[in-house]
Amino acid sequence: MSPKNISLKRVVEAILFVAPEPISSGRLDELTAGIRKEGERVKDALAELAGEYESEERSFTIRKVAEGYQLRTREIYASWIRNLYRTRRTVYLSKPALETLAIIAYKQPITRSEIEAIRGVAVDGILKSLLERELIKISGQKEVVGRPYLYRTCRKFLEHFGLPSLAALPPLESRETPSGKKIISAAQLRPAPPEAGEGIEPEETQ
Amino acid sequence: MIEQDQHFHLDIFAGPLDLLLYLIRKNEVDIYNIPIQRITEQYLKYLELMKILDLDIAGEFLSMAATLMHIKSRLLLPPEEREELEEEEEDPRWELVRQLLEYKRFKDAADLFGNLERDQGKTFSRKPAVPDPVPAAELPLAEIDLFKLLDAFSEVLNEAEKRRPPEFEPDPFTLDDGRARVLERIAPREAILFHLLFDRGEPRTRVVVVFLALLELIRQQAVQVVQQGHFSEIMIRKVIPAGAG
Repeated sequence: MSPKNISLKRVVEAILFVAPEPISSGRLDELTAGIRKEGERVKDALAELAGEYESEERSFTIRKVAEGYQLRTREIYASWIRNLYRTRRTVYLSKPALETLAIIAYKQPITRSEIEAIRGVAVDGILKSLLERELIKISGQKEVVGRPYLYRTCRKFLEHFGLPSLAALPPLESRETPSGKKIISAAQLRPAPPEAGEGIEPEETQ
Repeated sequence: MIEQDQHFHLDIFAGPLDLLLYLIRKNEVDIYNIPIQRITEQYLKYLELMKILDLDIAGEFLSMAATLMHIKSRLLLPPEEREELEEEEEDPRWELVRQLLEYKRFKDAADLFGNLERDQGKTFSRKPAVPDPVPAAELPLAEIDLFKLLDAFSEVLNEAEKRRPPEFEPDPFTLDDGRARVLERIAPREAILFHLLFDRGEPRTRVVVVFLALLELIRQQAVQVVQQGHFSEIMIRKVIPAGAG
């Protein structure tokens, strides 16, 4: 039994069903050029599909990832799928790797020494493994003495964290203390009068 | 105790700034008004622990120690002399505070990324036919609060110190033995309280070897360190590969 009419919505669905990686709306436009009627838009088809999956409680949904669209299973089905892929281990990044990636993500393009100035430790080993995993790439050289490499995040970075785009990065916290105290000037940090005991503490008794 | 060639390079401590933030949090002090003396003392204690473990302490940890001691010495100057010396100079802690705050922004962002990563790990898409291979040696490390683990280790070590039997014979206990012990003790229940990895009255060297074995297992993502609440005891848990979840 085949459907009477081939609709844009179903064509988009078919493409997403087989696509191995997120597929951009531009690419979907190209691929559906022959079926798209006057005034029909891929965007509407995607929204309609997403609504359908929602109301039918499908096990998957359409997610915007890395500047494209992708069918992804819902979180609650994770354990069953993991059973399917027994051999494939989910490998999470280390704390130092996450910190290094965060700095690159927000400050790109950035050199190694600029990253190290923020983290306070050498990052050459981490950069190497992030490059190997294709989460970052070398995007050029900075026009300063020594012409150091500049690093940027790759599309895989967005995929790895499920981010729709770089613009969708969560905003970086402003420099505030939990009490909401804004960064203060150096002058305000001047040592208090000695009687306040600021800075130098009496010997502690443990 | 530990053979010469077994010098550990564990890339699992995020760095001196991370340690400082940890100490500031642990002491519940104001980052804008760091009690340098207390924090420096504690910082040096951690370096000492890392030395005991024969960890390859990154040079940055040492240079931060020097910075801390320098700040401390400047703060110790009597106020009159300090003013003379500094004139227009600012609080010697300021540069460090600035650096810590800047680092903290990205450390917080990294935590957020960690959450995103875990969420994303729960959803699946069609994958390319060949999954990207992750060489075993390159396995990045799971996120845990290692300084907290060092704290716990320090306690066990103090206990061992108190009970140290007067013996000087070389301990034949190897790293492999340590590894076997950790896995054996976790096995029956899949998880174990940290201090139960060690025996009462055990020689200090053995405590160190068991702890090193534990760090190595963490690095290989064979075990995981978990803590239920802020004050509950640290537990060591076997990692069930996500693929076999």
